[in-house]
Amino acid sequence: MVSPLVSRDDTDRRLCMNAVGPVWDGNEVWLLVAGGATFAAFPLWYGLLFQGAYLALFLVVFALIARGVSFEFRGKFDDPRWRRVWDVANFAGSLVAALIWGVAFTNFVHGLPLSAAGYTGGLIGLLNPLALVGGLAALAVFAFHGSVFLSLKTSGGLMQRAQRVARVAGGAAVILLAATVAWVAAAGRPWHTLAGALPGTIPLALGALAVAALVIAALLVIRGRDGLAFAGTGAAILLTMGAVFASMYPAVIPASNGAALALTVGAAASHPYTLEVMTVVAGIFTPLVLLYQGWTYWVFRRRLQRPAAVATAAPGASGG
Amino acid sequence: MTLDLARWQFAIVTVFHFFFVPMTIGLAFLVAVMQTLALVRKDETWDRLSRFFGRIFLISLAVGVVTGIVLEFEFGLNWSAFSIFVGNIFGAPLAIEGLLAFFLESTFIGLWIFGRERLSPRVHLATIWLVSIGTILSAFFILAANAWMQHPVGYAVEGGQAVLTDFWALLANSTLWVSFLHTVLGALATGGALALGISIWRAHRAAADGVERAAFRRATAFAAALVLVTVVLTAIVGDFQARLMDVQEPMKMAAAEALYNTQNGASFSLLTIGNLSGQPIFQIRVPHLLSLIADLSWNGQVIGINQMQATEAARYGAGNYAPVLWLTYWSFRTMVGAGILMIAVSAWGVWLWWRKQLAASRWFRRAALAGIGLPIIANASGWIFTEAGRQPWIVYGLMQTAKGVSTVGAGDVALTTAAFVAVYTILGVLAVVLVLRAARHPFDEIGEPGDDAEPTPAPGLVY
Repeated sequence: MVSPLVSRDDTDRRLCMNAVGPVWDGNEVWLLVAGGATFAAFPLWYGLLFQGAYLALFLVVFALIARGVSFEFRGKFDDPRWRRVWDVANFAGSLVAALIWGVAFTNFVHGLPLSAAGYTGGLIGLLNPLALVGGLAALAVFAFHGSVFLSLKTSGGLMQRAQRVARVAGGAAVILLAATVAWVAAAGRPWHTLAGALPGTIPLALGALAVAALVIAALLVIRGRDGLAFAGTGAAILLTMGAVFASMYPAVIPASNGAALALTVGAAASHPYTLEVMTVVAGIFTPLVLLYQGWTYWVFRRRLQRPAAVATAAPGASGG
Repeated sequence: MTLDLARWQFAIVTVFHFFFVPMTIGLAFLVAVMQTLALVRKDETWDRLSRFFGRIFLISLAVGVVTGIVLEFEFGLNWSAFSIFVGNIFGAPLAIEGLLAFFLESTFIGLWIFGRERLSPRVHLATIWLVSIGTILSAFFILAANAWMQHPVGYAVEGGQAVLTDFWALLANSTLWVSFLHTVLGALATGGALALGISIWRAHRAAADGVERAAFRRATAFAAALVLVTVVLTAIVGDFQARLMDVQEPMKMAAAEALYNTQNGASFSLLTIGNLSGQPIFQIRVPHLLSLIADLSWNGQVIGINQMQATEAARYGAGNYAPVLWLTYWSFRTMVGAGILMIAVSAWGVWLWWRKQLAASRWFRRAALAGIGLPIIANASGWIFTEAGRQPWIVYGLMQTAKGVSTVGAGDVALTTAAFVAVYTILGVLAVVLVLRAARHPFDEIGEPGDDAEPTPAPGLVY
């Protein structure tokens, strides 16, 4: 997403792509596994959610297609227009996916008008002012996260520009996320009367911590500590998601029009036996996956550099 | 209307996805074998061949991955009633596929592409084998979900949902194992047929007595042998599958032949002109063959559509329980016919190689090039037969397709279907253009510095 903002030329853009190149495919699978796990563990949630947010999710699908293909196809033709097309596809795909991610979760945490058939408000109903602020917050936070990752993985002018973008995105992320958290908290939670609901201070505290993590990350960027800043933006994203689910619990699709209409975690959950099987499988294989994905990051741990002025001399000369 | 559109959309996105999946499974295995030969024999020709086919593999993989993501969303988007009904069971293999297979595949493909210079040759070889194992495991778990729809096992229906009672029964489902072998062997043949067509064409175009011609001759022989072995095995497994289907889904077996009434020693029609309703204008029939396929006996009984209709109506209530017969009849024949042609082409190739006449036959070259399309046709028609033959059921005996669809407007489904057709047309054209380009890539440049299309970081972009 930040690639067009930091890149001066084609080589810069290729470096941006290559910075995530070795790991993006594995990361994308986390999304797929999350989808599959939701299907298995909460069939009712998966079913109602997907048909309810029909067109929004189709936009995500097409965004993911554009993004995924652009990584693989960009380098296949040595033609500036061809690469331009894939740069645009990658940018637009990433932008749409991030925006809808934010819009969707802001709507969840605020609650949706539900009927017995689930959410039936259509795409326009999802695009309310609060959700749009949430969507922009997600954009800013992900742009911040991405630009910090880039400044961590690159060097030279590209790194400096990535740091500049990170400062701007960081400021925007702090303001937008704080605004979203405050607005959601002010709007209240009609489902807080459900048995097992957490007191409103817990999600609020998690949200505030997420904003604080962003502030710290922004300060770290200014001081040039990219590694720690990346940990900070990562923590902010995790805390935000924690706040979202803590606020919704025990609902998984909270209703804004009456507590009883919400889809609760108990009603949506799978049969205990399925959950047992899934837990055992996940318990064995998730650590394994983390282990070999961790190894991938280790293998590709070094910063990317621009080719040296004389290309033929580059491979050995700039190995750092 | 929503139902019809949702079915069309699913048919389009699945068949398109499955153009690339078997290609990916087949080429991953082929590249892994070639790279192993290169390392074990310290042979530069095999090394270049593995890189050459590796680039075609990556194009196929990219399209396969993005179109696969779509399918996971499809169930919830267009088939949410189905998803809620089967999620307890169906979701488990899907999630496990992601965790066990897709993570393996996607993580190690990154390492294989970008790690050629950073990993030792042995570790680098291990990454492509892990990718290949990942693609095959992936097929296993997806087919576990599909086999349950054909032949549900290890479940109970509680409160309007099918719940899992025995996970091992799900994995031990006989339907799963035969369709897994049939699918994976067919996939290896698909990759092999592509390699065969491209290799013989490259060998023909290369300068006489050069390194390139020798290399692609070798690849031609290798691919022809691979296709011959895998297609013959696919056919044998397919025969087991037919016998299982005769027991588990007798309506589908009857629909494969459009056999209206139960017969002993039923014949098999090679083709029918006219209609399939029992009074064809012209037919070529092979006596007893259907009984042999279904029951492995000369006079075995094959139950007819009318009898099955009566049985199912008695069990499930009034309704039409027969699939669309012209579709099942012709898709079955298309699949089997394409398979037989593949055996013929690959056997011809192996025979020519044995006689050291691979280069001489212009007709074989044409047949092998056309043969690239045969497994693609067989894969698509086989799945169309399997899925259309199960209708009107979405889960055999438990849920009808009409009951599984989402409550979304027909306009929304029409819109998204049109968008898929547009996007997939572009993707399909791009994939073909890129594969053709990769197939023309100069052989002597592969693996040399300055080869900009090499699937490693661009020159100079070092870590």
